This record gives sequence, C-alpha cells and structure tokens, in this order.
Amino acid sequence: MNKNKVIALGFKGVFWILVLYFLFWAYTNGYFDILFNQTDEFTRLLRQHLMLVGLSSALAILIAVPIGIFVTRPAFRKTEWFFLNTANLGQTIPTIAILAIVMSYLGIGYQPAVFALTAFSILPILRNTVAGINSVESEVLDSAKGMGLTPWQTLIKVELPNAGMPIMAGIRTAIVMNVGTAALAYLVGGGGLGDFIFTGIMLRSNEYLMSGAVPVTVLAILLDQILRVVERVAVPRSLRA
Amino acid sequence: MGGPWQYFVNNIDFVLQLTMQHIQLVGLAVIIAILIGVPVGIYLTTNEEVAEAVLQVAAIIMTIPSIALFGIMIPILSTIGHGIGFLPALIALILYSQLPIIRNTYVAINNVDPAMRDAAKGIGMTTWQRLKTVELPIAVPVIMAGVRTAIVLSIGIGAIAAFIGAGGLGVIIDQGISRTNRDMMLVGAIAVSVLAIVIDSVLGLLQRWLTPKGLS
Repeated sequence: MNKNKVIALGFKGVFWILVLYFLFWAYTNGYFDILFNQTDEFTRLLRQHLMLVGLSSALAILIAVPIGIFVTRPAFRKTEWFFLNTANLGQTIPTIAILAIVMSYLGIGYQPAVFALTAFSILPILRNTVAGINSVESEVLDSAKGMGLTPWQTLIKVELPNAGMPIMAGIRTAIVMNVGTAALAYLVGGGGLGDFIFTGIMLRSNEYLMSGAVPVTVLAILLDQILRVVERVAVPRSLRA
Repeated sequence: MGGPWQYFVNNIDFVLQLTMQHIQLVGLAVIIAILIGVPVGIYLTTNEEVAEAVLQVAAIIMTIPSIALFGIMIPILSTIGHGIGFLPALIALILYSQLPIIRNTYVAINNVDPAMRDAAKGIGMTTWQRLKTVELPIAVPVIMAGVRTAIVLSIGIGAIAAFIGAGGLGVIIDQGISRTNRDMMLVGAIAVSVLAIVIDSVLGLLQRWLTPKGLS
C-alpha cells in the first residue's frame, strides 16, 4: 500500500469516525428519544414525507422527460433555447422563494406542497434529458437512419438508451433534492419530517431537531446510493459511463 | 401590483438592510470556502487516491438537505453557546460550497493540456511557476464557474437560514409565513430571487472577463 492510499483511507476513516461519534453522542444525550417515544408519529411523518417525494418526483418525470424529448425533435428545435433558458433561470431561484410564491397564491395544504415540489423537480430532469439526447453522436443517428429506422424507432432504440445515463442522473438529482425540499414543505402545510425539525427550532428542542434532521439526512443519502445502483442496472452495459 | 409593491415601498429600508445582511453572510462564507477549496483542489491534482476520497465525502455532505444540516448543527454548536444564529448558517454555507469549488479546481487543473504542461517544463519552469503562470490562468474560468455555483446555491440556502435566526432576506419570508401575510411572503421571495439572478448574471460576465484572451 502506498502513501497516497494511506492518506486517502485515513481521511475517509476520520470522517466516518466523526459521524459515528456524533451519532453516539446524540444517542447518549437522549436526542433520539422522540423516535422511541413517539414511534407512531414518526412513522406517520416518514410515510407522509415519502409520499410527498414519490408523488412529486413521479409527476416531474412524467412532465419533464416528454418535454425534453419534444424540444429535441428536429421540427421543434427552435423551442429548445426557450425551455433550457427557463429551466436554467428557474434553478437560480431559491427553493424557499418558490415555496413562498406557491403558498401566497395557492394557500396552505398538501396540494400546494406537491405542486411546489413538482415544479422544482422538473428543472434538473428536463435539463439532463435535453443534454443527454443532444449528446448522442450524429454518426450514431446516421447509422440508425441508414439501417432504415423510423424517427420513432430511432428515439426508442437509439436516442433514449444512449441518453440513459444523463437522464437517470437528472432524475436522481431531482429526487435527492426533493427529500430536502419536502422537509421545507412543512411550512406550506405539507407535513413530513420537516414537522419535527421546525418544531425543534421553535421549541429550541434538540430532541425534536435531531429526530427530524438525522432521518431526513439518512433518507437523502440512502436514496442517492440506491438510485446510483438503479442507474447502473437500468442502463445497457455498453453505454455506462 | 397593489399589495406587495406597497409593502416594498413602505419597508424599503428593512428590505435593503436584510439584503446587505444576506450578502454579508454569503460573501463571508464563499470567501472562506474559496480560501479552503482552491488550495485543496490544487493539492488533490497531485494525489489521485486522496482526490477520490475527498470528493466522495464532499458529495455526501452536499447530499444532506440544508434544513437537516442546520438541525444537526444546532445541537453541536449549542455546546459552545452558538446553537442558533449566524455561526451554524456560516458553517453550513462553507461546507456546501466546498464540493463545487474543490471539484471544479481539481477538474480544471487536471484538464490542462499535457502538451502545455510539457512546454512549460521544457522552457525550464519550476512546478510553482508552472502552476502560477500556466495551469491556474487556464483553470480560472472553470474555477470561477464553481464559485458561481457555490454563490447561487448559498444565496438560496442563506434564505432558509433565516429560520434558524441567521438574518438575511429569508426573514421577510419567515415573518410573512408566521403572520400569514401574503405581501411579505411575495416581497421576500421576489427579493431573494432577484438577488440570486442578478448575482448569477454578474458572475457570468466576470467569468467571461477572467478568461484569458487566448483561451476564449
């Protein structure tokens, strides 16, 4: 083992030891008590959180991927810059601002929360779908044409599989971001684990804070890792980056 | 635009004061993040194994939702009496800015054309001279893009930090929500969006201006 590897391992080791020490410290201070004392409430909020993330991500995929395909068709190329610029501008706007705007027009409740989360998840998926399809080499498209594939067949058999990696990465980014944004959805009345976090802030209670924040963090990191695996499995072997 | 505009006009001093606070928080955080991130990124180009480890850890930190990171930091920092307020927000913003800055610095310097590096070696430059006169100028636009991402991200997360008492434009949104005052919510949301968009555009221009003429 060379010196560089030792430093790398040491760095990772220190990081994980700090994480474990922190969890141990929080546990011995009773900061996770809420999880044990109010397990029913916790599972209810967790389920709500997962529902929010799942529903809004599914809606976002169903909206963004078709739009991405639509704007990359030769006949509609001219609309591409409009959608891309809107998506870029939209990503500059802070999450909390979108939540506040949605809230001031649609009020409080589950639907405004889903609406805001969906709106926010569309952008990374749309951007990656367009970038992915655009990155398919023209030689590949030419050979598809040469083999006599119709535009529809080219899309299904050539363009989408080739753009699979970036599209999946966009979906992963959107879902992981969504876990965090859903924690803010509590402010719009969407429920979820943000309930514990904001209660903790208001009551200055470390117990509520940790019982909300640590599960949200674990959920985000876990989903990120799971979706990375899904990405590997879903994309044809020869096309994996 | 009766309501929100009226609120804005009546409270322009308040809005400007919070904007300044917001810029101070983000500015300080990003300056510290650059002072840490750029040297780390440069160092990582000399050591591939460590680079992988550092980028992995930075990516994990980036995955942590901002409100959850605040929630985790408050109990830790309250052991030194700074649980709520400026400090947790500052630390969170510095942590989030690390990934874009370190990664872009690392990628930019690694991507310098090996032929240029050889040429620099060939005319007898030391490692340090090569870094200063060849590699860094070529890498600056990409590093700048990372800084820009970090700043725009920080403006958004800085707005959430108002909920843990860090001040800034999020305060208007926070107060608007707790008083169910629609005008306040809108003014806060628009102000922070405008700040993000304006600074993003200015940094975009700066990025172009910093690109060495021969490279654009």
